[in-house]
Amino acid sequence: MNLHEYQAKELLKRFNVPTQEGIAVDKVDNALNAYKQLAVDNGTKFAVVKAQIHAGGRGKGTMKEVPEQHGVQVVKSAEDVERVAKNILGNTLVTIQTGAVGKVVHKILVAKDMYYDGPSERKEFYLSILLDRAKKQNVIMYSTEGGMDIEEVAHSTPEKIFKEWVAPNMQLQGYQARNIAFNLGLSGDAFKNMVKFVTNLYNAYVTLDCSILEINPLFKSADDKIFAVDCKMNLDENALIRHNDLADLRDKLEEDPTEVEAGEYNLNYVKLDGNVGCMVNGAGLAMATMDMIKLAGGEPANFLDVGGSANAQTVEAGFRIILKDPNVKAILINIFGGIVRCDRVAAGVIEAYKKLGNISIPIIVRLQGTNAEEAKKLIVESGLEVQSAILLSEAADLVQKAVMA
Amino acid sequence: MAVLVNKNSKVIVQGFTGTEGTFHATQMIEYGTNVVGGVTPGKGGTLHLDRPVFNTVKNAVDTTGADVSIIFVPPAFAADAIMEAADGGIKVIICITEGIPVQDMVKARAFIENKDCRLIGPNCPGIITAGEAKVGIMPGFIFKKGRIGVVSKSGTLTYEAADQAVKAGLGISTAIGIGGDPIIGTTTKEAVELLMNDPETDGIIMIGEIGGSLEAEAANWLKDNMRKPVVGFIAGQTAPPGRRMGHAGAIIGGADDTAAAKMKIMAECGIHVVASPADIGKTMAAVLKK
Repeated sequence: MNLHEYQAKELLKRFNVPTQEGIAVDKVDNALNAYKQLAVDNGTKFAVVKAQIHAGGRGKGTMKEVPEQHGVQVVKSAEDVERVAKNILGNTLVTIQTGAVGKVVHKILVAKDMYYDGPSERKEFYLSILLDRAKKQNVIMYSTEGGMDIEEVAHSTPEKIFKEWVAPNMQLQGYQARNIAFNLGLSGDAFKNMVKFVTNLYNAYVTLDCSILEINPLFKSADDKIFAVDCKMNLDENALIRHNDLADLRDKLEEDPTEVEAGEYNLNYVKLDGNVGCMVNGAGLAMATMDMIKLAGGEPANFLDVGGSANAQTVEAGFRIILKDPNVKAILINIFGGIVRCDRVAAGVIEAYKKLGNISIPIIVRLQGTNAEEAKKLIVESGLEVQSAILLSEAADLVQKAVMA
Repeated sequence: MAVLVNKNSKVIVQGFTGTEGTFHATQMIEYGTNVVGGVTPGKGGTLHLDRPVFNTVKNAVDTTGADVSIIFVPPAFAADAIMEAADGGIKVIICITEGIPVQDMVKARAFIENKDCRLIGPNCPGIITAGEAKVGIMPGFIFKKGRIGVVSKSGTLTYEAADQAVKAGLGISTAIGIGGDPIIGTTTKEAVELLMNDPETDGIIMIGEIGGSLEAEAANWLKDNMRKPVVGFIAGQTAPPGRRMGHAGAIIGGADDTAAAKMKIMAECGIHVVASPADIGKTMAAVLKK
């Protein structure tokens, strides 16, 4: 589950991880108040306005409706704040990660300017914590090259990426925190502050059950303080069972509405761009079915795993969700019956089909496994315009015909 | 004998008296699996499905001599159940539970590292040695006895592959569902190695999916150890990057864990890679005839 920058920073504060201070607002007036509180009252005119969406590349991204407006903007006056807030709030931000459709911005974060002058040089670093699947350990990945696209750094100058693996069941050890601060070239107060920062940050990562915690830029100010200027936090959804408060941070506005609806029916659905919808039991078979649609000359319109209990209700919900997509020209239902009996699934398909009525596109139902023959008979005898298959290869042929028609 | 489980395995069920545990224990007993009892903390001393219930795995092992355990414990408590099984002397721990927090598995995986046991899963359909023992949730009748081993991250895709192999005139020795989570006990390579060394297995079907590097690791091992033909399939050739496709581990993170990259390295290492999931069975049959 993705969080917004402002939510992630609030959580980090609980762990004494210093962050760039800010106030999240959804109205222009409140943005002006926040600016006064954070900048003017502290004797500076500088502040930053940052669009809050679940995607990176906001600084370089631009608003669809106001192309000269970027998603992150330094402001120097109340007029600036008003103009920028109006440009961003309610409009659509397009970044390298959102795709051409972009994302509507519902909140902006008005944040303190951290790039003030002081006795030492300001620096931007990169640091992220995630699971190393191969080593089965958490890894802290960091670099002196902050504020940049880290995948580009890893590709062109891999020697500038450092890694620190943390032993399972252990905290980040003191020597490891020092390694990180040394490798980032720090000394004096900045060194001490960085050691504290990464130690607390690792505790936050483990305690909050993060999947990814990325700080970019990780910032050293001109007075040797260390701050998280930006924060990307992704939580392990499996662990939300023990974090009721975190589950409430989910922003459904950021998700595809159809995917949200599918979730309410306990269906695992991912919207794709193709023309053949599919409904399958099991995640692996669902992916394999998508691949087969492609090989048959179509493009999968979705991933949809109905799970272990494919019955009339789930099939009906699946139909409704797939049929919302106007691009869908055919639907393939692929169920391998094990514990679930195919004849019951077939009865569910027939019931759902009759209930929905007027489905104008071809429906191909492939039922294999327990009671597959009985299931095929039920569908043939129902008189509905549903094509039935038992073998996967037969289903592929039927998809091909539907796509070519 | 095939691998991991057989007719001599003494199986206990953790989460025995729950809905899932009861249903699947009943199915396993019907299949002929030697289920010797189960564990539900607080219900020790009672009988369930005519078999003794124990409070702890240790009690169960001491009393019944159990060497295999299957876990149907809810996600919040499943990592604890794995560690209890390892500590209690179980040799093969099969964890069916889906949805275990990743950090719990980091701990559990490290805990069992130095114990004399093997973990299969979590988030897997289990293991079946055809005609001998079913320690899992798969429909047993699909797995007709034969000499093909299956290693797979996915449940229904395992059934699909087994069914195709049977329809192609072959049969199954042991099918191992290794699970679709980011951290699992037994890797693709380890499961393939077990089947490669099994005298009752003539060919291996290896089914992977997007995410992680387990298939590449297995392929690199196979390059020098290909004593039997291996047919491979990777699900998710059409999956978009960065999106989780049902399984917690099925997410494309970089260029190396796409289906295309995995299929390429598998083919280079001598695996018979099929693009369509409909071709798994017939390809295995064709390869064995050569």
